[in-house]
Amino acid sequence: MTTVATDAVMDYDEAMTKFDPVMGLEVHVELHTATKMFCGCPTEFGAEPNSQVCPVCLGLPGALPVVNEKAVESAIRIGLALNCEIAEWCRFARKNYFYPDMPKNFQTSQYDEPIAFEGHLDVELEDGSVYRVEIERAHMEEDTGKSLHIGGATGRIHGADHSLVDYNRAGIPLIEIVTKPMVGAGERAPEVAKAYVSALRDLLRALDVSDVKMEQGSMRCDANVSLRPRVGEPLDEAQLAVPLGTRTETKNVNSLRSVERAVRYEISRHAAILDGGGSILQETRHWHEDTGITTSGRVKSDAEDYRYFPEPDLVPVAPTRETVETLRGTLPEPPGLRRKRLQSDWGYSDLEMRDVVNAGAVELIEETVAAGASAGAAKKWWLGEPSRRANAEGQDIVTYAAGLGLTPAHVAELDGMVAAGRLNDSMARQVLDGVLAGEGTPTAVADARGLELVQDDGALEAAVDKVIEANPDVAAKIRDGKVAAAGALIGQVMKEMKGQADAGKARELILAKLQ
Amino acid sequence: MTDLPTDLTRASAADLAGALASGTISSVEVTQAHLDRIAAVDGQVHSYLHVDGAGALAQARAVDERRRAGETLGALAGVPIAVKDVMTTKGLPTTCGSKILEGWIPPYDATVVSKLREAGLPILGKTNMDEFAMGSSTEHSAYGPSHNPWDLDRIPGGSGGGSSSVLASFQAPLATGTDTGGSIRQPAAVTATVGTKPTYGGVSRYGLVALASSLDQAGPCGRTVLDTALLHAVMGGHDPMDSTSIDAPVPPVVEAARAASVKGMRIGVVKELGGEGYQPGVRARFDESVALLEELGAQVVEVSCPNFEYALATYYLILPSEASSNLAKFDAMRYGMRVLPEGVDAPSAEQVMAATRDAGFGPEVKRRIILGTYALSSGYYDAYYGSAQKVRALIAQDFDEAYAQVDVLVSPTAPTTAFKLGDKLEDPMAMYLNDIATIPANLAGVPGMSIPSGLADEDGLPAGIQILAPAMKDERLYSVGAALEAALVDRWGGPILDRAPELGAAAAKGA
Ligand SMILES: [Zn+2]
Repeated sequence: MTTVATDAVMDYDEAMTKFDPVMGLEVHVELHTATKMFCGCPTEFGAEPNSQVCPVCLGLPGALPVVNEKAVESAIRIGLALNCEIAEWCRFARKNYFYPDMPKNFQTSQYDEPIAFEGHLDVELEDGSVYRVEIERAHMEEDTGKSLHIGGATGRIHGADHSLVDYNRAGIPLIEIVTKPMVGAGERAPEVAKAYVSALRDLLRALDVSDVKMEQGSMRCDANVSLRPRVGEPLDEAQLAVPLGTRTETKNVNSLRSVERAVRYEISRHAAILDGGGSILQETRHWHEDTGITTSGRVKSDAEDYRYFPEPDLVPVAPTRETVETLRGTLPEPPGLRRKRLQSDWGYSDLEMRDVVNAGAVELIEETVAAGASAGAAKKWWLGEPSRRANAEGQDIVTYAAGLGLTPAHVAELDGMVAAGRLNDSMARQVLDGVLAGEGTPTAVADARGLELVQDDGALEAAVDKVIEANPDVAAKIRDGKVAAAGALIGQVMKEMKGQADAGKARELILAKLQ
Repeated sequence: MTDLPTDLTRASAADLAGALASGTISSVEVTQAHLDRIAAVDGQVHSYLHVDGAGALAQARAVDERRRAGETLGALAGVPIAVKDVMTTKGLPTTCGSKILEGWIPPYDATVVSKLREAGLPILGKTNMDEFAMGSSTEHSAYGPSHNPWDLDRIPGGSGGGSSSVLASFQAPLATGTDTGGSIRQPAAVTATVGTKPTYGGVSRYGLVALASSLDQAGPCGRTVLDTALLHAVMGGHDPMDSTSIDAPVPPVVEAARAASVKGMRIGVVKELGGEGYQPGVRARFDESVALLEELGAQVVEVSCPNFEYALATYYLILPSEASSNLAKFDAMRYGMRVLPEGVDAPSAEQVMAATRDAGFGPEVKRRIILGTYALSSGYYDAYYGSAQKVRALIAQDFDEAYAQVDVLVSPTAPTTAFKLGDKLEDPMAMYLNDIATIPANLAGVPGMSIPSGLADEDGLPAGIQILAPAMKDERLYSVGAALEAALVDRWGGPILDRAPELGAAAAKGA
């Protein structure tokens, strides 16, 4: 058993009265190119360990790297989408350090000559305001292998009795996107961090360059946090002039929710230390999703020297301006603009659109509308039960729906059944439950459960007659013009019909008979 | 058709190829003759780290069969070859002269080795070298030095002393080499054999265990200029697996070697390479060679390359820097030697790495790793690695300016003839000075060749002349080399190597 001492934390609101947070986010994105960065090995996730390797990505003596042109194109497209400058000439560099999951004991990366630099990404927050994240650079590098530590209690190297290394991931193309210090967010810093990573994920998904699955590690976030004394409002000049404090780098932040929580936690932890007169240790922290805290990792010191130098086995990357412009032409509509267009197409209010965005359901609704549903119905169905359940499970709706096999086509099918009068609203909800329970397509569920509005007017009329006869008082009220009283009879008719009747039709019949 | 000598190991590769093509001899016969020679003399010379008799004969049989079946074969098909142990060979040990790779059998062939196999050259074995090609004598081989067939107490040059001594002792008609600062040319000079460092990028580096990536270049070794050209044509050419490989056809080296002409050529004698520190006999043979070139119709001028003075210092910053990173992969995690630290119960990966590297690397390798690690450290990078890159550019500029005036440059290959084993082992600086004339070509990426210039009067040992050409003009080396070679054969009444003492069969048995 290992016990982890819990650090003191300060109440977040109190921390905000005393300190101004500054963040820096480093996001690693695995590109979903067919082959690795410097060799022809496939990049599929989840293959048998060490089955997707060759002399190059195993770093065998004599092997040499060759740059994956597709990866360079993706890097340039990402840079352009982040409003970056694209280098006319840049080199790879070796980052030298020893680690068993790094086959060559250096990582081929980029150092002072990134492929893309000086950009920005405008991020819309929940209240509709926009925060501009300044991008320092986006550079290309290769991923490392993965170590699995066996025998320890924590799965960490400490306490393990042996380790296994899987090199399938070694050499997968990575783009590292580094922000400039994110200042001026004030108490909204955790929200801004989450919104940035979310916007970046949407952008990368729209670019179709990565799977951006945080839970599988194809998108990973390291959050740097530091505090400085609060002297005014976040955007006051005096506040912005205060020198930055010592930062910590929190790794292993593998979901959007964690980004927000980890930043918030580190702010509270720093605040407690600083408020008590202590100083922050510049170190790597590990985020623990389950307990919601960070623990100390490696202490970073100035002695850590990667001895970067230009990679002599590769020639410089020098994209022509024509190439860059051609790639610019392949950029998708920016997610922000696209949202505005969709909102107008769908006729949603700002509030409705924000609900859809926050639920992560834009693409689902778009596909559902494309499959024939009305925009209103698509929103109603996706933001209803599926969204509620995804939330309860702590998953995003896309992943949740995909996991259960619920597709936009299903929702459109369901909506079509309602529109065609085969199902009423409550029957449609039952059908959706069936689909979510894995019982098949909406039609199959409705068939299997025998859910269908009774189209036989004779049966409905008989039920209406029966209910009127049994409720002479109510019938009398309706005859006297108290139309609202019809509701009580409709309920009984529906009961008679075991719910399988069109309530509207029942109401029409009742009124026709009693007026 | 030239008559072949009775002893097939004395024949040139070109003559063997001719006889093989005409069906006079078989590859099995030629290969067996060399295996017999290896068995007889390698005990004295120690050129080979590994001999693959069965594999070589199998390849020989396969070539013979293809020839009988009427297939069109390459120019050197059936001619056996020795491969420097720095090149990966699938299924054959590859140690780079280091303990740390003892027992490693590569799962893949270097591109050069694939080309040899495709061209039908049976591989006799792997030749000795200074550990990871760091040295000028083979004394830094973890498996003991090779000996110079001219005098077994002397060095055969390095790092490619295994390949040079193989040729000089007739244990193979051809060999491969790699040249990072002179490792093909200096061994050729001290053994009276021929070696070319092609233009950087002219021969694939894929499968060459890297010493210094920006300097390493594989090249051909032979006993004649034509043989070397024939091998150059097989080894060279673009390789998509090597990003620094030049995407252009191999220069017409064989045609140039056959033409053997210097008429009307402008030849520059490099002022900075040949003064103080050069042995008189080496200098005398060089001056005679230059005079011969003039007699053959070349125009000779003196050319100054002022920055060559800094070449050695530059080289010993760039090489260790790159080497320190290239050699980081030898960490006991995936292949090669694994040493557990003494007195540690459950050693960590880091402790195993450290213990293995301590036990597996020799002193010269450690020296250079430490130098390179230091030169790349933050705070020192600009002063060392950064400055060295700037001087490197100045040296390249010296070459450019020289080639604006002349077609090729010449100098002695090495300042001295072969020194005695052990003489310079304790003095790294003296050892490094062996490469003073060969290093500039590596820094600038231009091609260079060494051919024998004769025997020094004071010790009767071979001296070499170096020819340098502009990048991608490798054929000029062969025009000049072949013309001078013919003139020198006339002058000495036969190939200089014919004057080497016969290795005693008795001594072989005793060894
Ligand atoms: Zn691979």
